[in-house]
Amino acid sequence: MKLLELKNVTKRYGSLHALDSVSLSIDKGEWIAIMGPSGSGKSTMMNIISCMDKPTEGQVIFDGRDITKDSRKKLTEFHRDKIGLVFQQFHLINYLNAVENVMVAQYYHSMPDEKEALEALERVGLKDRARHLPSQLSGGEQQRVCIARALINSPELILADEPTGNLDEANENIVLDLFRQLHKEGTSLIVVTHDPEVGEVAQRIVRLEHGRIVSDKRNDSFSE
Amino acid sequence: MNKKRRMFVRMVLASLLRRRSRMIIALLAIVVGATILSGLGMIYYDVPRQMSAQFRSYGANIIFVPREGAEMSIEEINKGIGVFPSDKLEGYTPYRYENTKLNNLPVTLAGTEFSSVLRTSPYWHISGELPAGNGGCLVGKKLAEKFGLSAGDTISPLNSFEITDDIDISSIPESEIYEDPQTGEKFCDHSLDLKISGILETGGSEEDYIYVTLEDITDLMLNERGFDIVEVSVAASAKELKDYLDEINKNAVSLTAKPVKRVTASESTVLSKLESLVLIVTLVVLALTMICVATTMTAVITERRREIGLRKALGALDSSIVLEFLSEGLVLGAAGGIVGSILGYLFADIVSMNVFSSAITFRPLLLPVTIIASVIVTGLACLIPIRSAVDVDPALVLKGE
Repeated sequence: MKLLELKNVTKRYGSLHALDSVSLSIDKGEWIAIMGPSGSGKSTMMNIISCMDKPTEGQVIFDGRDITKDSRKKLTEFHRDKIGLVFQQFHLINYLNAVENVMVAQYYHSMPDEKEALEALERVGLKDRARHLPSQLSGGEQQRVCIARALINSPELILADEPTGNLDEANENIVLDLFRQLHKEGTSLIVVTHDPEVGEVAQRIVRLEHGRIVSDKRNDSFSE
Repeated sequence: MNKKRRMFVRMVLASLLRRRSRMIIALLAIVVGATILSGLGMIYYDVPRQMSAQFRSYGANIIFVPREGAEMSIEEINKGIGVFPSDKLEGYTPYRYENTKLNNLPVTLAGTEFSSVLRTSPYWHISGELPAGNGGCLVGKKLAEKFGLSAGDTISPLNSFEITDDIDISSIPESEIYEDPQTGEKFCDHSLDLKISGILETGGSEEDYIYVTLEDITDLMLNERGFDIVEVSVAASAKELKDYLDEINKNAVSLTAKPVKRVTASESTVLSKLESLVLIVTLVVLALTMICVATTMTAVITERRREIGLRKALGALDSSIVLEFLSEGLVLGAAGGIVGSILGYLFADIVSMNVFSSAITFRPLLLPVTIIASVIVTGLACLIPIRSAVDVDPALVLKGE
């Protein structure tokens, strides 16, 4: 069943085509890696999928609904209900502790619940670090808080932009294990990365170059 | 309080308390502004009282004088004095002037109440002391120099007059009465021994007089009559003084109450100029505070652009962002206003003690006014940077290394 469909999506910045008539379809529960060199259009695609940007042309159909024409406010509401974001830079609020950072996502989504937020942190193995500020956490721990924040509202899709870009190998493995677990539970995942090792663990690999999809194939070595 | 509101308060307080070093700078800007605002406000409202008290040291600002052909009655003087509220009446002193002779030279004697004279003439400088009662006198400095007098000396001013049929001479010693052998007219040289208790220095006409008690001047002149002038010192504004004078003059038949223009006119001129000056300074400070707070809040919000972008990426609507940042600003404004209003009172008190040598009157109403002004100024100062914060594009600020 289709979760997301990009139909001939083009994004132009002046004369520059960041995305050039891209079409892509993603099923519910699918784990996709979007790969490509710098300037290939990965971030632009991610911004459009996460509703933080609008295409110049084309349609984005999410869960059967064309969101291209939605107002900014509607897009914000739609995105907070459906999508969880994981960033390369973690982007935690530095004066809120780990559990409060998770609760911020609940606050904007529906109703903050500290118990649920603690459970989300427990799921990423950080319950005992719940009262620590980001500055007191390692990079890997911060990224796990970021993942707990992304999954707290049970989104249909988790969008991760270079989620292991700032992590060492041990922490990279922890994060990828978490993704495997989420995927097993039926969460759809789109991971933007230029790291082949991160791309290789996905179910499907889409390669972008110069704003166009140059390959889209299933990963034969994918294992749950 | 529901969970959402509790989280809102938790976020605002965490931002203020866990980002202390940043917030202290913004708070300081607000505290300084609120301190000066509250301090100048207190001074502005207290200046009339302080200046009025200062002006009272220049002497009486009202005089009662007899109407033409009349004698001021004690009853009307008391009634006139009763018009002034007791908390505004500094004091009043009656004077009776008579021409006498000392060493055959004419001198003016002034009978007065020494118990109240320093309240209406606080600028009097006495070398020695005020007479303790009858038989003592104060001699003006110029007169003392002219006659070579000093404190402790005794003088005998002379009341020389022709005895007419209407004068009762029964109380006059025989030795003071003599007759002109040629005309047969009778004369009297009545004198009184007075001990000089002090020399009076004022720099004015008072230095030409001899001041005695009202009883002594009556004894010397051998008659009682009404006062020539009553000096009154009242701590009131020019308008209040005018109202008091109108009320007195409306009813009195034997006296006229007049302002001492030299004092009242300069008092109201200086007051109005000083009030204008304080008002202008207050407004300038208010404007500078607003600029200062706006600059600080702009810096604070600018450095949080990434956080704003993140909040938007997490689903915050523009209204939520405005509410959160404005709340932080308003809490800061209120905290700065509370601290500033207290410091402002201390600041005003120090200024008052140094300039007027008296404590400032605490005006409780200025506390909420300062806090509200501080909150409004901070709120307005926050609006511009918050407006730009709302325009933050999360896709841009969250991107990149």
